[in-house]
Amino acid sequence: MTTELLIAAGSIDQIRSYAGAGANAVLIGDSRFGARLPGSIAEADLKEAVACAHDLGARAYIAAGKLLRNHELPALPGYLRAAAEAGADAVTFGDPAVWMAVRDAAPAMAMHWNVEMTGTNSAAAAFWSRRGVSRAVLARELNGEEIADFKRSGTIEVQVQVHGMTNIYHSQRNLLQSYMDYLGREASLVDLGPSEGRFLIEAERPDERLPVYEDDNGTHVMSADDICLLEALPELLEAGVDSLYIEPLLKSEAYNVAAIRSYRRAIDAWHRDPGAYEFDEEWLAPIRALQDPGRELSFGFLYKEQVY
Amino acid sequence: MNGTAVHAAEAAAGNGRRYRLDRPELLAPAGNLEKLKFAVHYGADAVYIGGQSYGLRSNADNFSFEEMREGVEFAARYGAKVFVATNIYAHQEDLPGIADYLKQLEAAGIAAIITADPAIVETAMQHAPGLEVHLSTQQSTMNWQAVRFWKEVGLPRVVLARETSMEEIREIKSHVDLELEVFIHGAMCSSVSGRCVLSNHFTDRDSNRGGCCQSCRWKYDLHQEQGPIGDPGDNMFTMGSKDLCMIRHIPDLIEAGVDSFKIEGRMKSIHYVASVVGAYRQAIDAYMADPAGYELQPAWEEEIGKAANRPLNTGFFYSTPGASEHIYEPEEKPAPYDFAAIVREYDPATGIAVVEQRSPFRPGTEVEFVGPGGRSFKQVAGPLSDTDGAAVDVARHPLQLIRIRTVEPVAPLDMMRKKIGSV
Ligand code: SF4
Repeated sequence: MTTELLIAAGSIDQIRSYAGAGANAVLIGDSRFGARLPGSIAEADLKEAVACAHDLGARAYIAAGKLLRNHELPALPGYLRAAAEAGADAVTFGDPAVWMAVRDAAPAMAMHWNVEMTGTNSAAAAFWSRRGVSRAVLARELNGEEIADFKRSGTIEVQVQVHGMTNIYHSQRNLLQSYMDYLGREASLVDLGPSEGRFLIEAERPDERLPVYEDDNGTHVMSADDICLLEALPELLEAGVDSLYIEPLLKSEAYNVAAIRSYRRAIDAWHRDPGAYEFDEEWLAPIRALQDPGRELSFGFLYKEQVY
Repeated sequence: MNGTAVHAAEAAAGNGRRYRLDRPELLAPAGNLEKLKFAVHYGADAVYIGGQSYGLRSNADNFSFEEMREGVEFAARYGAKVFVATNIYAHQEDLPGIADYLKQLEAAGIAAIITADPAIVETAMQHAPGLEVHLSTQQSTMNWQAVRFWKEVGLPRVVLARETSMEEIREIKSHVDLELEVFIHGAMCSSVSGRCVLSNHFTDRDSNRGGCCQSCRWKYDLHQEQGPIGDPGDNMFTMGSKDLCMIRHIPDLIEAGVDSFKIEGRMKSIHYVASVVGAYRQAIDAYMADPAGYELQPAWEEEIGKAANRPLNTGFFYSTPGASEHIYEPEEKPAPYDFAAIVREYDPATGIAVVEQRSPFRPGTEVEFVGPGGRSFKQVAGPLSDTDGAAVDVARHPLQLIRIRTVEPVAPLDMMRKKIGSV
């Protein structure tokens, strides 16, 4: 099977344009169970959304990766059954409550384990693999060697983010609202959401803009740079990474389409003949052309050594 | 007791294994062996410490296995237990040593590990079955289905997320018979635990392996497209949260079914740990002795305030924290009292104590002696002498042993404190 190219989609139109541009799979859902999605696809629309993806040859995964509270549990079984009836190909989870609900309400559904920055080793993935989980989503803070070792050491599929911003801080506190209140501003009248373009600048790092927004799930701070592993793809493909994820959050649809096309070309070229594969600068140009000049494209943690 | 708690207790009693502890446990941090001794002496039922590996406080002067054995032995004399925090999220390179390390903890007499990574959970269950595995708050567990999951895995205890409200704790307890531990006092991540990699991004230090440099407390400018929010003179944005303090709400916590009350602060001083533990010990004991007649004593809060002077709040227990629960202004003022000495010996025949100096004092300094259980009295220091009997004008050397007459009996490990800045 060729390596999967995956992206989150916030509407049926986006499913259409992303699958049309070459994504093999889309991640969809709503903010009741998923966090930091580019848009909501309601439970009632899941059938149409999944069918749309399938018609275009793409798989559809349901995002249910949030950490849940008691009051959010009752709606979960019905949602999972609706996803199963719609024909969804897998559900991503982080909270064990979702694993419990899948077991009871949709036992045939495939499960992907995504605990964001805490998915850091293959033994933890094996714990879930023994419980029927088929894929681990790796922390973005792992380097290339760790990714390769993770894949080598397990039998589970691995998914790695190759492009876009990453969440670097998530709080259930309403930090923007609180600060506005502290300053005496009428925060209740202001939209604090992702479309408002707010960002933080740390006092010692004037060149780094960290996008920040608030929604039903709390406050989210995002990375100042965008990961772009296009040039490093052979490393990931040789390591056997099963799915490459593009994060579309806070980007235009045109940008995301350009990113999908570029990665599609690179992945296909590699699979045609890994030995003859050569990186083509042309693949990067469309992304660069649409890249926010205030945000650097970087290799993320791929070549980093962290201390502690 | 309210209805939910009664229900939980009955449910727990009915199914063979009782997960609910007979009386809630007071669980204190111990950054080193000496702090362990003070925490236990001042009333902790259990302490948690860090070993040389796999813990999130890589800077604290963590315990060797030898020190662990000594700590376990000391704690056992009080009927107290020692837990070890192995609460990192391991990377590939950390995996090979885990089993050996856990076996050594087991051999040292450690009662439980506090752990979040499923890799460590499973390794402990397979290779060190004598260790209880407590699920760390780093897993951010805040619903009853997730607690049920970990019970099925076989764990006896879950430390809930700091975001869990009192109402949610009650609900969890009524759905699942499992020991629940919650943080009741100390500093907190403002993020969901484990879900912050600010330090990784700013400094290449891995916060989920102990490298956090508290970047949430740094200063940030908040901008929107038109420019900065806030005027030049305004305090800047931060993500820092004020410390948690639940001393006023002990009955609520006990009635909600909380089994273990956890105090944060492995980096904190002896003075702090002993004072905070002492205060909560008294509150819990007072409630357990007579729930109906329980009254909050101002002295408990004062006791906490003498060792630290940081603004406190009740976190997520009663509502989502807002503006007044966050730190926008310089927060830490010096504590009003200094730790002056530890009592090492006391001779009731002569009324003379030998104390070990922790900060300078002299004849004429106003001092306060404090012991476990809220025992305390004030006096003015009289003549001082060293252990050879030579007069001392100022006790100025750290760890110096000084003889002092006390107006009431004292006991080893009592603390002597003085007003800040006074000598
Ligand atoms: S920076 Fe703050 S929120 Fe993040 S891990 Fe450190 S203490 Fe917790």
